[in-house]
Amino acid sequence: MKLKTAILAGSALALFSTAAMAADMTLVSWGGAYQASQKAAYTDPYVKMNPDINVIWDESSAEAVAKLRAMNEAGNVTWDLVDVVASDAIRLCDEGLAMPIDPDTDLAAAPDGTSASEDFGDLLVSECFIPQIVYSTTFGYRTDVDEWGGKTPDDICDVFDLEAFPGKRSLEKRPINNMEWALLCDGVAKDEVYDVLETEEGQARAFAKLDTIKDQVVWWSAGAETPQLLADKEVVIGSTYNGRLFSLIEEQKQPVAMLWDAQVFDLDGWIIPTGLSDERLAAVKEFVKFATDTQRLADQAKYISYGPARKSSAPLVGKHADLGIDMAPHMPTDPANAKNTFLYNYEWWADYRDDIDAKFQAWLAK
Amino acid sequence: MSEASDTVLTTQDGRPLKASLRKALRREKMRAFLLIAPLLVFVIVTFVAPIVDMLLRSVENGIVEETLPETVQALASWDPSSGQIPDEAIFAALAADLKVAVAEKTHTRLGSRLNYEETGMSSLFRKTGRRVQRMEEGPYKEQFLKVDEDWGDLAVWQTLKRFSPPYTAGYYLAAVDAQQTPDGIKMKPEDERVYLLLFGRTLFLSIMITVSCLLLGYPIAFLLAALPLRTSNLLMILVLLPFWTSLLVRTSAWKVLLQQQGVINDFLVWVGVVGDANRLVMINNQTGTIIAMTHILLPFMILPLYSVMKTISPSYVRAAKSLGATDWTAFWRVYFPQSVPGIGAGAVLVFILAIGYYITPELVGGTSGIFISNRIAYHISSSLNWGLGAALGTMLLAAVLILFIVYDKIVGIDNVKLG
Repeated sequence: MKLKTAILAGSALALFSTAAMAADMTLVSWGGAYQASQKAAYTDPYVKMNPDINVIWDESSAEAVAKLRAMNEAGNVTWDLVDVVASDAIRLCDEGLAMPIDPDTDLAAAPDGTSASEDFGDLLVSECFIPQIVYSTTFGYRTDVDEWGGKTPDDICDVFDLEAFPGKRSLEKRPINNMEWALLCDGVAKDEVYDVLETEEGQARAFAKLDTIKDQVVWWSAGAETPQLLADKEVVIGSTYNGRLFSLIEEQKQPVAMLWDAQVFDLDGWIIPTGLSDERLAAVKEFVKFATDTQRLADQAKYISYGPARKSSAPLVGKHADLGIDMAPHMPTDPANAKNTFLYNYEWWADYRDDIDAKFQAWLAK
Repeated sequence: MSEASDTVLTTQDGRPLKASLRKALRREKMRAFLLIAPLLVFVIVTFVAPIVDMLLRSVENGIVEETLPETVQALASWDPSSGQIPDEAIFAALAADLKVAVAEKTHTRLGSRLNYEETGMSSLFRKTGRRVQRMEEGPYKEQFLKVDEDWGDLAVWQTLKRFSPPYTAGYYLAAVDAQQTPDGIKMKPEDERVYLLLFGRTLFLSIMITVSCLLLGYPIAFLLAALPLRTSNLLMILVLLPFWTSLLVRTSAWKVLLQQQGVINDFLVWVGVVGDANRLVMINNQTGTIIAMTHILLPFMILPLYSVMKTISPSYVRAAKSLGATDWTAFWRVYFPQSVPGIGAGAVLVFILAIGYYITPELVGGTSGIFISNRIAYHISSSLNWGLGAALGTMLLAAVLILFIVYDKIVGIDNVKLG
């Protein structure tokens, strides 16, 4: 009798849990403040409208490409929607791990009727990529360095100028962005950077420029490191994502300012993995349509200083949800900040990444 | 006659004793085997199989033949040293293969695979894939060259031919900073060599970490074993406490302590030992890695040492002293030799853990304190060059096994005790 009850209860539980699983939706993101902004702007309102949907967050975006590949090989994709940077989206698309989408049918049109493909414009860098935000990798510097004698850096090349701006710098432990900045400051014109970087001499030139500051550089691999190094006075100037610097300056009130010159724009957005069942695919497509509409993308900017990827969202960007400050001047896309910007060349890096990374690592280890 | 049959011992039911014994033993063995079978299956399925699968990737290269079967066949008759790019027949085969591959979306995957060997392959395949469906019925050579002039580049075809076989030594060559060129195996250009340096550094730093763990751990373990139970239990908790703290928290704590504006430097400047302008650099280099990893791995040295020392009877040292030995002689000649199995176990444990570590070196190692495992992690999770990651991993595994054998020859593996 007891056994029978147990079995009955067990199977009821199993039935119940499969029923619940049908409404589960696993979103993968980066964790931290960024994921919190997505939760507040996208999933909280969506779950309010669809109470039967249970959103599960997985903070695996940094290893998303490797994990998706492994899941795909095992034939068991457990993620429904994955937040990745544009270059990873391109790779996932190349590997057949992300699903191509049709912006005009899968994404919402702008309120004034402009089609999604026009509203997102050039930011649709891959047929699998659904852009959310424009972020930039740029520099922050301490405003209280005595040795600088009251000067403040306002040019990207001040990073390489140890005489006028002595002190340690932090740079990302990878060639992307650093090589471009080095060439820009070695006198290469902006639109020739990648042509020069293609040649052996160009690469040697970039390394030679980086060599001039190498012993003053602390190399970071996680976005949170530069803010910590700046706050602890370990470095006086350092590169990181602009949203990290925003929270260091505005939320933690540290004596740090932004150097927007030659900021490198990059994109972050969703991809839908291949291999989802029809049911899950339909559910996730419905969510994506909602989460990337004009209002939702503008809402996200209330929580974090990344620019919405739609043109139609820009006028709707308002004040920060807690601090009450205007967010528009903190967006990397704001005209005052975007006077001199640099566009990351995805296609080029897809080709040269392996080669230059090997050289960069050998150069670092020397 | 009857005498011969008498010599065969039989059991009561008339069967030969030997056979009967063997049968009983077999049953026993079977039972023992069945008892461990679940564990064995578990270990094979979840541990051995994935590792073997991963290691096989270091030689596996089926992707070229699978994606471009006709091209690979056609290329067999092409001589890569002829200095001529392939003829129309091979281009036609490539067109046919690519049409299938584009429909299955495997051409870009092949492109990123070949890009590890030849820069530019990734975009070459992506670009060609976009156009190949619109190509007209032959001749193809010109149409390919129109899509991208790289198809006229000899290096592209040499790479394709070199990586046509289903197995390759290419990953292992790359893992020792070498590469296959049309004129045989050569070292990579100076500015791309990094792996041998990192292997050497990993070994050196792991040995340093093991030695410093031993130097710090031995006195603590000695104290633990010698003190009365109440005090030693308290001390044991202190040893284990950091063990229960998150690895990342401990590593970050070292950052706070060691950085140039950190606690230790602040103190030294305050005391006046170092000037404000000459603060010590103790992190983001090898020193940082050695300090942080020694701290993290210390319990793995202390625990085996302690459990071995606990079994050393104090009466031996007392006996030595009563026979006139000084404190030092009694320790060195009597106590220490008995604690050697603990040193062996602790050292092997710490060394093997250290050699595969990557989180701590990544965070505190800067550029001079990183390990080969940081590159393995990079190739597994970032560059997706799993073949190279697997080759590096296999070499690391082989290095550990060789060291283990050397250790067995010199010290003897049965001389290792965990308690």
